[in-house]
Amino acid sequence: MKVEKLRTYYFTRYGVVKAVDNVTFEIYKGETLGLVGESGCGKSTLGFSIIKLVPPPGRIVDGKIIFEGKNLVEASEDEMRKIRGKKIAMVFQDPMTSLNPLMRIGDHIVELILTHEKVTKEKALEKAEKLLDELGISRERINDYPHQFSGGMRQRVMIGLALALNPDLVIADEPTTALDVIVEAQILNLMKKLKENYNLTLILITHNIGIVAEMADKIGVMYAGKLVEFSESLPLFENPLHPYTEALLEAVPNIKLSEQTLKWIPGSPPNLLNPIKGCRFAPRCKYAKKICSEKEPELIEIEKGRFVACHLRK
Amino acid sequence: MEETEKPKGILVWPIVKLASLTKKGWPGWTVLIGLIIVISIVIMTILAPYISPYDPNALNTGPLFEPPCPAHPFGTNHLGQDMFSRVLWGGSTMLQVALLSVLICFVIGVPIGLFSSYIGGNLDKVISLIMDSIYAFPGLILAIAIAVMLGRGVVNMALSIAVIYIPSYFRIVRSQVLTIKEMTYVEAAKAIGAKKRTILARYILPNVIPSIVTVATINFADAVLTAAGLTFLGWGVEVDVPDWGWDLYYGRQYLPSRAWWIIFFPGLMIILLALGFTFIGEGLSEILNPRLREGE
Amino acid sequence: MKVGIKVRNLKKYFPVQKSFLENLLSRKIEYVKAVDGISFDIKPKEIFGLVGESGSGKTTTGRLVIRLIEPTDGKVFFDGTNIFELDSEELRRFRRKMQIVFQDATASLNPRMRIGDAIKHPLEIHKIGENDEERKELVFEALEKVGLSPPEVFYSKYPHQLSGGQRQRACFARAMVLNPDFIVADEPIAMIDVSLRAQIMDLMIKLKEQNNVTFLYITHDLATAKYICNRIAIMYLGKIVEIGEKNEFYNNPQHPYTVALLSSVPVPNPKYRPKRIIPKGEIPSPINPPPGCRFHPRCPIATKKCSKEEPKLRKVNANHYVACHHAGEITLPQY
Repeated sequence: MKVEKLRTYYFTRYGVVKAVDNVTFEIYKGETLGLVGESGCGKSTLGFSIIKLVPPPGRIVDGKIIFEGKNLVEASEDEMRKIRGKKIAMVFQDPMTSLNPLMRIGDHIVELILTHEKVTKEKALEKAEKLLDELGISRERINDYPHQFSGGMRQRVMIGLALALNPDLVIADEPTTALDVIVEAQILNLMKKLKENYNLTLILITHNIGIVAEMADKIGVMYAGKLVEFSESLPLFENPLHPYTEALLEAVPNIKLSEQTLKWIPGSPPNLLNPIKGCRFAPRCKYAKKICSEKEPELIEIEKGRFVACHLRK
Repeated sequence: MEETEKPKGILVWPIVKLASLTKKGWPGWTVLIGLIIVISIVIMTILAPYISPYDPNALNTGPLFEPPCPAHPFGTNHLGQDMFSRVLWGGSTMLQVALLSVLICFVIGVPIGLFSSYIGGNLDKVISLIMDSIYAFPGLILAIAIAVMLGRGVVNMALSIAVIYIPSYFRIVRSQVLTIKEMTYVEAAKAIGAKKRTILARYILPNVIPSIVTVATINFADAVLTAAGLTFLGWGVEVDVPDWGWDLYYGRQYLPSRAWWIIFFPGLMIILLALGFTFIGEGLSEILNPRLREGE
Repeated sequence: MKVGIKVRNLKKYFPVQKSFLENLLSRKIEYVKAVDGISFDIKPKEIFGLVGESGSGKTTTGRLVIRLIEPTDGKVFFDGTNIFELDSEELRRFRRKMQIVFQDATASLNPRMRIGDAIKHPLEIHKIGENDEERKELVFEALEKVGLSPPEVFYSKYPHQLSGGQRQRACFARAMVLNPDFIVADEPIAMIDVSLRAQIMDLMIKLKEQNNVTFLYITHDLATAKYICNRIAIMYLGKIVEIGEKNEFYNNPQHPYTVALLSSVPVPNPKYRPKRIIPKGEIPSPINPPPGCRFHPRCPIATKKCSKEEPKLRKVNANHYVACHHAGEITLPQY
């Protein structure tokens, strides 16, 4: 998938929020892309934009999303309906509210299959049962309601729903944020296994650097609606190019280290309503120079496969 | 994330506040328009004794059933009374009744709601039951019943309207208190050692007020309509008090024939006044509620 | 604080809300045994970490330790005084010594009160300071202490005008303005942006060192607990399963649940290949906890004894206690 100069803005009564502002990147089949950033950076909006489920008052304003030869930005709602679930699927953050409390788990899956594929109900049911096996949920629970499942199991069902139609691309928006640490580990293992079995392309949206280190092949770092760094995982951790990436990595505790000094980034999160002139990270950047507050840096390929948007890295 | 400090000067502040309303998008405009309508009518009513061309009760100020003309912009009615003067004077009762009834509701409904829901238990259950019973009764009928018992007059009208409205205030206050009681900042207040009544006064009440304001403005609107209704049915003010409700009553009889202006202008004023209050209420509720939920 | 806090056999059972029909059909009252008999000490001037997953009872414990809720049983001694024996007026005055900071800073602040007034209110309640001016000075001091500077500016702001990190710092200021001996910090950084968490953590360490505040740090995040805590306790289903001094705890965990937790934490290093020990099944309901050791249905090394006899906390090392019949038989996988 190639995202080119994507802009998604929210038109609120207080003004225009530039949630995704001129983002460009490319991922290949079978890769896992980790989209990291903190609250308000635009990563979730980017995820919603790809599957074209941006809630009003937001909408895609400009740019292209090229997927399997087609520009999704220009696709009609009918075309998107056929793509969603079947080609691109999404796993949402909160498993508590994402499932219909009045529908049995089995019905969720069966209905999804029947909407998109012309198979008999029995065949769909069979598929649903096989899916539950893969998710590690016992088959007998197919007739249970969501409230009878724990948070971890509901999230597994959500993942199952995302995979039921064998999509090519799965977008997971903070899939484990609401879960306990052990359940999170289970879900991560599950995602890894399913990714291998189905050769999925995965876009993992999270603020958890630990998860991204474990799961992602490529990482995109977002700040204030901009993609500030894009690179393969290991080089990014060993040698972060963007000051924000560097600062972020210095702020994350590593349980495997005996001694650690954690740093934090001074200043306030950026204002998305009235973005400042120049680089959006400049006010908080310890390397900032004069040019940083005058001109916005462009995303440039510094080395092979490593992109960064910073004046100091040219 | 900016907020202006309160500027010095009593007159400057309301004007600045009003101007800032326009920055809040459509709800701000709604409130502004509502305020303009209501304040205009209030000013008109206050100035009525000075600007009214005729005494509203004076008979035969012109030919009977005169349609609108330069001498009588709103025409005259079956008694030759000048409609324009009657319109200028006629809002007074309605505004008084509305104001008084809202005041009574506030003074009675809000404290009962606060204490009943905060204390909870059987007391709360009993009071809720009483309030729900009153609330379930069709409003206008109950108001009429009470007005019949009490008799005519501004205070009695206000009382009858207040009775049917107190349960609304109670319910809103109660539902708000029950929600707010569980909020973390109330727990935090307990943790710093605040007494129950301090918590009610400084932590719960200020957060309940926005919803009460909304109910109050809707209450105003409804009181205006109910007052008009009561007078229309003959149970409002005395006959010799100029009131839009009376004009509706008399105007209704003459509508089919020809004299549309007797009912039209007073009716329009009633609608405008009610609409003004409704605009304020709707806009306020939209402004106040998102503000309370504003996060990062 | 001189002696510290001693928790002895603390219990909190919540009755289960039943529907009308269920009440008719069965008379038996069921209880959620959120906290089921825990005992531990918190030493003065330490940051004591209470770690657990959801349903462990850690949040309830935090509330009990400062008596924001009443216990079903047990005692909590604050420098020798059992706080559950204080009457309501004594308790109110005692609150000067023990404060709490909640997880959701936005919800903890009255949206209709300016920050300055919110922080000043505890002073007014406890009649500290001769007049308003003096109290305002104390508020300014508290604001400076937490890094909300210049204090005059932050004094008159409303919560919605502050960022998330600033709101949490304001909550700390409110907790600190009374100069308490003890603060319960209930997941104080869970809702803060990653790049700002260290600021709050450093603040807590600073308050401990410079202001002699003792902390009970409640969290599910073992990585941050390692950063700031002196000692850690793990809770599972209402019980404490392991308590230890930090380094001993992280290097030599004894309880299988602790080992599972530590092996599950994601590590921000792509070279690290996690070797996880994942207990089977899920956390059972606290209404009917499993008999014997509560962890036994999920434990990879459980034996028959574990399902019959509940293990008690016993000493394995200096400053290291475990409640397990087979402590130490599972070790943390190395990478």
